[in-house]
Amino acid sequence: MLLLGASGAGKSTLIAALAGVLGDDEGGEELGDLRVGGHPARQARGRVGLVLQDPDSQVILARVGDDVAFGCENLGIPRDEIWPRVREALDAVGLEVPLDYPTSQLSGGQKQRLALAGVLAMRPGLLLLDEPTANLDPAGVSEVRDAVARVLERGRSTLVVIEHRVDVWIDVVDRVIVLDSDRGIIGDGTPDEVLHRNGSELAATGVWVPGIVPPHSRRDRRRGEVMLRTDDLVIGRHKDAPLRDRFNLELRAGGALAITGPNGSGKSTLGLTIAGLLPPVAGRVLASGLAGGLGDEPIGWRSSELVSRVGSVFQDPEHQFLAGTVREELAVGPRVLKLGRLETSARIDEIAGRLRLAALLDANPFTLSGGEKRRLSVATALITRPPLLVLDEPTFGQDSRTWAELVALLAELLDSGTAVAAVSHDVAFVDAVADQTLALGEREVVK
Amino acid sequence: MTAILTPVRGRQLVYRINPVAKLLASMIITIGILLSIDWVSASVALAFELVLCLWSGLSARRLLARTWPILVAAVFAGVTILLYGSPSGATYARFLFVHITDGSIEFSIATTLRVIAVALPAVVLFVTIDPTELGDGLAQLLKLPSRFVIGGLAGFRLVGLFLDDWRSLELARRARGVADSGKLRRLASMAFSLLVLSIRRGSKLATAMEARGFGGPAKRTWARTSTFGWPGAGLVIIAFLVAAVSIAAAVMAGSWNFLGSG
Repeated sequence: MLLLGASGAGKSTLIAALAGVLGDDEGGEELGDLRVGGHPARQARGRVGLVLQDPDSQVILARVGDDVAFGCENLGIPRDEIWPRVREALDAVGLEVPLDYPTSQLSGGQKQRLALAGVLAMRPGLLLLDEPTANLDPAGVSEVRDAVARVLERGRSTLVVIEHRVDVWIDVVDRVIVLDSDRGIIGDGTPDEVLHRNGSELAATGVWVPGIVPPHSRRDRRRGEVMLRTDDLVIGRHKDAPLRDRFNLELRAGGALAITGPNGSGKSTLGLTIAGLLPPVAGRVLASGLAGGLGDEPIGWRSSELVSRVGSVFQDPEHQFLAGTVREELAVGPRVLKLGRLETSARIDEIAGRLRLAALLDANPFTLSGGEKRRLSVATALITRPPLLVLDEPTFGQDSRTWAELVALLAELLDSGTAVAAVSHDVAFVDAVADQTLALGEREVVK
Repeated sequence: MTAILTPVRGRQLVYRINPVAKLLASMIITIGILLSIDWVSASVALAFELVLCLWSGLSARRLLARTWPILVAAVFAGVTILLYGSPSGATYARFLFVHITDGSIEFSIATTLRVIAVALPAVVLFVTIDPTELGDGLAQLLKLPSRFVIGGLAGFRLVGLFLDDWRSLELARRARGVADSGKLRRLASMAFSLLVLSIRRGSKLATAMEARGFGGPAKRTWARTSTFGWPGAGLVIIAFLVAAVSIAAAVMAGSWNFLGSG
């Protein structure tokens, strides 16, 4: 069963309640009675398996076998029974690594399959997946989806999955339920029925409905002078561990470069290096088009000089937040540039209106939803009006509404002469925005 | 991600010794050496330890890489005592507070040897401890509460993620334009952000653990047995012997001085 609905409709809350992990300390009211297999949900732990969104925070132990065994241990399963179950579960999700393989070496998709194996070993009757593929690259998405499909074929469990990309799960589920924050259940039936009846309504609330690409304007791809180029650039997180070498790239005003490739291929490192945040291991990043009186290499600029020249949007917006309210967060950049009070509030109102943040100006950035956080992190980068924007996975896990807004905004910026470099594995995004694509291959550490 | 909790593996005998035995052994040797401040007991213990290092499962290079900070610290401690230790016997040099005498020379050698003799087994034995096995041992052999042991183990895994977070926070501050001045204030604000992030990560991890039945009503079983076994017992006996022989040697040589009282 696939559970759909706009963000804030209560999907995750429902799943947490089904899993029996809805705390008493989170406030709110609880009405009625929830029974799983005839037992109150809180006592049914172990009959219900839950897999969450973030691969990193679900790995519990250091070795693959131990991690899968963890749930069984908690249920008090005898030792001789645990290991056959562990092997069976790993086999079911197709994770073919030794039992003592370090969990830290797994890719995102493998970690999610590990989490799935961990709950399968507990033999749950009900399998709950809360956006299990939102943080994965396309290869990881299909890995996890196929593993789930294989598990369902064995016919032991019921599946409930939340996801706003319908096409991922449409072939796996036989029932779709649509939730709405005001009206409760507004759709219930087979996938075809529901998508036919509620398709356009769903798309409008941000659900990715197959066949409906969110409307976005095409851009007039005209490009101006060179803003930044790289000269035999070698990148790496540390000086002594070069990742890839000899990039010779060129970013022009009004041009958009997409950097694609699997997880771990060095995409983010390249983005950070171009943005003047990481020093090149060798070679140079030359941004004479941006320098305006400073040296050519962005890594040599002061932080306050960088902020008006290059806008960076990180993969995890939370890393970028500095202030207690959205308004103060937006004011950080203008304060660094020593803009006046009037100018600052004019810019805040403009960008907040553009990115649907106006109603949230007094909220704490950390309490925003995923889509709101992403829009805020983009807004903080744009408010200083940098001529170059470097984005890391800007559409990661976003619903179709935020997606369309981001695409429209970038198109507008590009048409006004901003240069954009975006790390992304979102094919639709790359199609809509990029006019130059750099595909990085598998990770290979360069000697 | 940066891994802090990678499994420790190897084929040598030392990897088959239960971590709890390693913990006990290094405690026994430490207590034995700390009972007296003299150079005989320390050097006898150290001689035994150096021989035992052949079975430590470490190559000479890794051994040196792991232990050089101790050597440096030991030499510093020795030099300090040589120059400023309580004077006794013939004086060799005197300059301001510096006072090198027979007593301070002897004391300095004893101190250097003892620092090395105490730290060496601890470091060498801990290098080959797998954190997961240590957790198993603490819970099953020493009967520490499983909530505490597993919680510690799972929490420790997050440390690697925090290192990554810290680096991202640093870069993000540069990107936001606030990385130029007020280093102290910036560090404080980064520490606060890290605290917020770590609480969020911790609560997510707790949810994931709870969803896997952790803290449920069932009595927990252990997928891996942790047994002391002969290798463990052997190590503890060796540790006792090292402590006993070095104390006996000191007493016979007449240099035994209980807790520095003589």
